Amino acid sequence: MKKLFRNKLTVFGAGIILFLLIVAIFAPQISRYDPTYIDIKEALLRPSAEHLLGTDSLGRDLFSRMVYAARIALLIGFVAVGLAAVIGVILGSVAGYFGGKIDSLIMRFADIMLCFPRFFLILAVIAVVGPNIFNVMIIIGLTGWMGMARLIRAEILSLKIRDYVSASRALGASDVFIITRHLIPNGIGPVLVSFVFGVAGAILTEAGLSFLGLGVQPPNPSWGNILMEGKAVLGVAWWVILFPGLAILITVLAFNLVGEGLRDSLNPKQG
Amino acid sequence: MLKYILKRLLHMIPILLGITLISFAVIHLAPGKPTDLMLQLNPKVDFEAREKLNRIYGFDKPLYVQYLNWMKKLSRLDFGKSFIDNRPVIEKIRERLPITIFINVLAMTTIFLLSIPIGIKSAVRRGSVFDKTTTVFVFLGFAAPSFWLGLLLMSFFGVRLGILPVSGIASLDFENFSTLGKIADVSKHLILPVAVASIGGLAGVSRYMRQSMLNVISQDYIKTARAKGLPEKTVIYKHALRNALLPIITILGLSIPGLISGSVILETIFSIPGMGRLMVESVFTRDYNVIMAGLVISALLTLIGNLIADIAYVHADPRIRYKR
Repeated sequence: MKKLFRNKLTVFGAGIILFLLIVAIFAPQISRYDPTYIDIKEALLRPSAEHLLGTDSLGRDLFSRMVYAARIALLIGFVAVGLAAVIGVILGSVAGYFGGKIDSLIMRFADIMLCFPRFFLILAVIAVVGPNIFNVMIIIGLTGWMGMARLIRAEILSLKIRDYVSASRALGASDVFIITRHLIPNGIGPVLVSFVFGVAGAILTEAGLSFLGLGVQPPNPSWGNILMEGKAVLGVAWWVILFPGLAILITVLAFNLVGEGLRDSLNPKQG
Repeated sequence: MLKYILKRLLHMIPILLGITLISFAVIHLAPGKPTDLMLQLNPKVDFEAREKLNRIYGFDKPLYVQYLNWMKKLSRLDFGKSFIDNRPVIEKIRERLPITIFINVLAMTTIFLLSIPIGIKSAVRRGSVFDKTTTVFVFLGFAAPSFWLGLLLMSFFGVRLGILPVSGIASLDFENFSTLGKIADVSKHLILPVAVASIGGLAGVSRYMRQSMLNVISQDYIKTARAKGLPEKTVIYKHALRNALLPIITILGLSIPGLISGSVILETIFSIPGMGRLMVESVFTRDYNVIMAGLVISALLTLIGNLIADIAYVHADPRIRYKR
């Protein structure tokens, strides 16, 4: 833990994440305008004191939209990857602990899921269930557990033969107890690292989907769909394109920096 | 070697089966029938019409019968017909797939031509200005959304400077050009898409190359080579490079799904009529036969890519070859 905070870049990343969380939580207090209020007379205004980041092609305040979009991006990122982590940890630990047929069944399933280019799989499900915030969240979660399952499985394979596990079993501990109290807490490290990187990936995926018009639906703001709308005014209103992209870049960068720091602090071999 | 390839091919059969099963399940297990959503857009359609539509597409039969029927056709490479224009799905894919593969092969070539020297240089001069700059670039390259970079490049080179075309893969008057002119025209159209497709991979692979090189040059045989008095160039490029390149072969295989995923957004921004664009269009129109075909084929491409990478790895590393 100490090592984690020694790294300046990690602290920098964590600071940005904290800042984003505050922005997301207090979005209504921070933004001066209703993010969905349309006023065509005010369309495509340059950034000014009135509208900090300008307005979009429908005259909506870009700053307010960006702030609410941060809320949606973080919500989707955390919930989606949380779901993926729950599925991954359950399947991975069951596979690793019990081994044999269950193990090969679960891991083959993961292998097969990994064959699909993820964006194709997500798009296919969205075609059936329709695009909205909730569906995007669930689908990103359901298609993202495989890596974490592999990680926790590998950890458990090496942990389950330790003496303390045999001792616990000799004392009459049940399989569920051993998995949830001994193995998962000791083997969760790599999953945490993967969680942090996963949030970055989920935010990028959501932005990409919304950019295609298959994620968060207007009038709800998302960095992705603001960019999509910005494409129409490319070359006319640079601010509509520049700011949401920067927001995604900085957010993803922050999560990647924290993930990197976390990985280094868990892996004493790498300097 | 042949035995190894055959073994790998046999291993692919259950995975292939799984791929078709998941592709089918994704469309059919979700709540509601595909026709429900098709008809949602048109509330005037009555119950009878719905039943008729279900019958035409076979949605009234039990799921496993539907799956078996679909598989039977699949084994003859028949993916059914598109709901939109009634053309055979395979025909549509045959038009689109080569474009996507072509762009991705170009992107992959760019990635490897650039990232290997970058990775070597940052590893050999660890901690130098060059190393630090590339590290920053790598983090930015990982974090920047490709569609945003695409838009920025488009607005700069396409709109502001006006020197590069921003959509499609050829000009409207393409047919009138000479052969050389045609090549120049297509290249001009492909510069921005290939650049955008390469950036993420460039960041990732140069990072891996750096790490891999660092691992190799800390090993004893490198010290031996240096102790023998070999020039540093020989040590790096003859002794270290070969081993450092091995993990990169695996990365090559692993990067394929990401590249295919990326082509969805790439082809949308630059209006390129490839597989990714087809997938998006089909999602909007809920063209389920095309979507299922897209899933199966993209997974198949990944599988083939991984197979090639594995074979290349075994071919390149005698330690693995002789163990078998």
